Amino acid sequence: MNGYDFTLAGADLQVRGSGALYWPARRLLCVSDLHLGKSERMARRGGTALPPYETQDTLSRLDAELAATTPEIVVCLGDSFDDAAAADALPDRDRLWISRLQAGRRWVWIEGNHDPGPVDLGGTHLNELPMHPLVFRHIAQPAQSGEISGHYHPKASLTAKGRTITRPCFLIDGDRVILPAFGTYTGGLRCHDVVLTDLMRDEALAVLTGPFPAPIPMPR
Amino acid sequence: MLDRAREPALLLIAPTGGGKTLAGFLPSLAELADGTHKGLHTLYISPLKALAADIRRNLETPVAEMNLPIRIEDRTGDTSQTRKKAQRADPPHILLTTPESLALLVSYPDAPHIFKGLQRVIVDEIHALAESKRGDQLMLALSRLQSLAPDLRRVGLSATVDRPHDIAALLACHPKPCAILQADPGPDPDIAMLRTAESPPWSGGGAAYAIPAVLDQVRKHRTTLIFHNTRAQAEIFFHNLWLANDEGLPIGIHHGSLDRAQREKVEAAMVAGQLRAIVCTGSLDLGLDWGDVDLVIQVGAPKNVKRLIQRIGRANHRYNAPSKARLVPANRFEVIECRAALEAARDHDLDGDPRGPGPRDVLCQHILIRACSGPFTADQLFSEIITTGAYRDLSRREFDACLDFVATGGYALRAYDRWQRLVLRNGQWQLRDPRSAARIRMNIGTIQDSDLLKVRMRGRGPALGEVEEGFAASLTPGDTFLIGGKIVRYEGLREMTIEVSRDPGRKPKVAVFSGTKFSTSTQLSQRILRMLQQDDWPELPDHTRTWLHLQRQVSRLPEPGRLLVESFPHDGREHICAYGFAGRNAQQTLGLLLTKRMEEMGLAPMGFVSTDYATLVWGLDPILDTAPLFDLGALRDGLDGWLAGNAVMKRTFRAVATIAGLIERNTIGQKKTGRQATFSSDILYDTLMKYDPHHLLLDVTREEAMRGLVDFARIEEMATRIQGRIDTLRLCRVTPLAAPLFLEVGKVPVSGAADERLLRDETTRLMQAAGLA
Repeated sequence: MNGYDFTLAGADLQVRGSGALYWPARRLLCVSDLHLGKSERMARRGGTALPPYETQDTLSRLDAELAATTPEIVVCLGDSFDDAAAADALPDRDRLWISRLQAGRRWVWIEGNHDPGPVDLGGTHLNELPMHPLVFRHIAQPAQSGEISGHYHPKASLTAKGRTITRPCFLIDGDRVILPAFGTYTGGLRCHDVVLTDLMRDEALAVLTGPFPAPIPMPR
Repeated sequence: MLDRAREPALLLIAPTGGGKTLAGFLPSLAELADGTHKGLHTLYISPLKALAADIRRNLETPVAEMNLPIRIEDRTGDTSQTRKKAQRADPPHILLTTPESLALLVSYPDAPHIFKGLQRVIVDEIHALAESKRGDQLMLALSRLQSLAPDLRRVGLSATVDRPHDIAALLACHPKPCAILQADPGPDPDIAMLRTAESPPWSGGGAAYAIPAVLDQVRKHRTTLIFHNTRAQAEIFFHNLWLANDEGLPIGIHHGSLDRAQREKVEAAMVAGQLRAIVCTGSLDLGLDWGDVDLVIQVGAPKNVKRLIQRIGRANHRYNAPSKARLVPANRFEVIECRAALEAARDHDLDGDPRGPGPRDVLCQHILIRACSGPFTADQLFSEIITTGAYRDLSRREFDACLDFVATGGYALRAYDRWQRLVLRNGQWQLRDPRSAARIRMNIGTIQDSDLLKVRMRGRGPALGEVEEGFAASLTPGDTFLIGGKIVRYEGLREMTIEVSRDPGRKPKVAVFSGTKFSTSTQLSQRILRMLQQDDWPELPDHTRTWLHLQRQVSRLPEPGRLLVESFPHDGREHICAYGFAGRNAQQTLGLLLTKRMEEMGLAPMGFVSTDYATLVWGLDPILDTAPLFDLGALRDGLDGWLAGNAVMKRTFRAVATIAGLIERNTIGQKKTGRQATFSSDILYDTLMKYDPHHLLLDVTREEAMRGLVDFARIEEMATRIQGRIDTLRLCRVTPLAAPLFLEVGKVPVSGAADERLLRDETTRLMQAAGLA
């Protein structure tokens, strides 16, 4: 899979077509908004019974990314679980799978708005992770530099020859990166939404995920 | 009607305007006249809210004049909550409603109280309901009503149809019979092709050439309805009509994508006799009495004779005067099609493809509705359902699979033991969480609205209508498009509303509307094929006649029992043109399958285009032996692989999953801000395909796509018809019959990695434009 390389606050980073972010110098892989256990939470709250395969699907894509990049550190940028009860309700098979993915590397769960408390799984639970020159947190804060965040699930559309293609995307400017959601059952927020246009500088780029991630000026 | 009032079910067939609705009510008025009946006596169901209100007004007058002690009320989505509550506590004698409002009523725990003593149900425009899932939902609701009120008698009112027995079977409470009462059809209509000074173009659907002749007709008649097959065509025609309307004749436009207020304005002006013409689509096919219409013009080939007859019936609502209609073919081939439709109408040869068994997504919704009203046993519900015509052959296994889906999700991975939607307690199924009834009720119905965005004049101006999200995404500020006959300029998107400003004088884009594109019916296609066998065509205009003779001279005309395939070079490419006469959707599918097969055989196809009668494929190499291409078994194998990732399947899945209750259109306390929380149904489809390919909903989706947009049934029908008799002609250039296909819009390029290539080219271009590359 091809990647898109760029520099943030002096750190050389790579956008991966899968929606993950890789920092080769630190052998760090970062993914955001896995929303594991989403279908369980919806059913529990009286909603419909969605196909209960999204945790399996998300984990197998994460597994493939780990195999491809063999990182020493994995950072999950928050909203890793759809809520605390969903984390508790994960079937043993998926818990074992996560332990296997964690084996032999440092694993950090950043807290998100969906999963504010610690979960009963291996790894470190942090509110945010500073790692010079970058800082990893769930929701972007104004006036930051070298900030890596998620939360908004940005997506962007391109129209070419009458066909409109919409993909989850990274948003990148000189201050920050906002990651797309990695989880299978996640929607997106169009990047011309005012929350995102307010956060990002005028010269921001959007990088659409897919086999050939490439930047475009962030659509506004 | 009064003589047959005791029949358990009765279908009354009468042409449009025959006064059949009031006839349907006569037995009710007679039975209610003595004032002894308590509670609901007659339920009237119409496909249109407006029709329910209209009929109520029409009924109230004679009831008041005769001083009858009868209370009549309507109940639709527009009725206030207070009124609705009062109606449940104290139902009127006659209640007029729609299938969706009835389904909602049936879902309440007090349904037995509301419907106790119900004597009659009248289903109006049943021919229209019978073609859609709304009809299936209605009939399932009636099966429930029949259990609550065993004396219930059913009456269906229908326009002229080809298979009255099919509709009777839908209406009947199986296995009881349904009698059919045919009214005098009245005099034959006066229909002909509209004479025009100019000949129609070779392709396209605009019919701009006929504008002067149409205006001339409008001038000569009191009120003209000008029907179009699609909303886009109606918009273009209306625009052109106004450009030529020098005298400023009052002409309006009416179609389903226009804002309701705009439509109501046009309807009111029409009833008041202020309009000389209305450009319209199927939105005026049903129901209301449009007063003084004395001419119907159909622009574009009618595609389906039954619909043509029903549209013609709109003209002249006096029972014994012939209605008058003129057909305007939009292009040269449609001249032949219109001619064939005229003859079919004269011969009373109506068409209509039989519908398959009752759709299971609607059944799933019915089970949910039943659960909302209280606990039930599977046996009892199953025996109720198989009294419904469309579901009478439903097997217990199929029913159990639907029940399992509703209760547990029906997944191979049994993940929801704790959170089932329905649970079995003491042999009775019930909602695990009674509060979920409210969510289920919010999602009752089978009408699908695609992703539509409202269009509004900038600065809190009036709402104009709606366009599809996909079309909106293709607009950039400054682009102009047509809506409601106005050219507007796209300004921007604001909170899911498209803001526009007025901008006359520029050449507009045409909005994409979600209106259905109809395929020419099997019967009509066959009639065209038979017509092509004549030695000469004195009934056709000269331009078309010469065209057909020329085709016969240089090539051959297609024949009913054979498949004609022409192979010729043109403009540096090789082409084959297959005249399958299978209708637009099937020819489109054929194009996809042929090119896929050519790809596999190393024949380098580059693209194709389809019409109702033929598919044209182009590529690099000449194809002389076409027989292996049309091997049905191989085409079917290709279908399975191709279908899986197809957009048609995803669209069909979305509708099926919404109706079956997997996807909720409406949720409580829905907020605009939650957009990143909702995700597209495509993700669910992909997940199911990957992890649970035999799931019930995928099964239903496949079944529907095969009949609907993919229409493989008609490819099979074609294959049976030709029995391998394929005539491949090698010619040195384009033939007269193939030439119009080169002008068709909607060419489909063949290239697997098209998306990635487009993305790469476009990203490079954008970066360069921004000076970033």
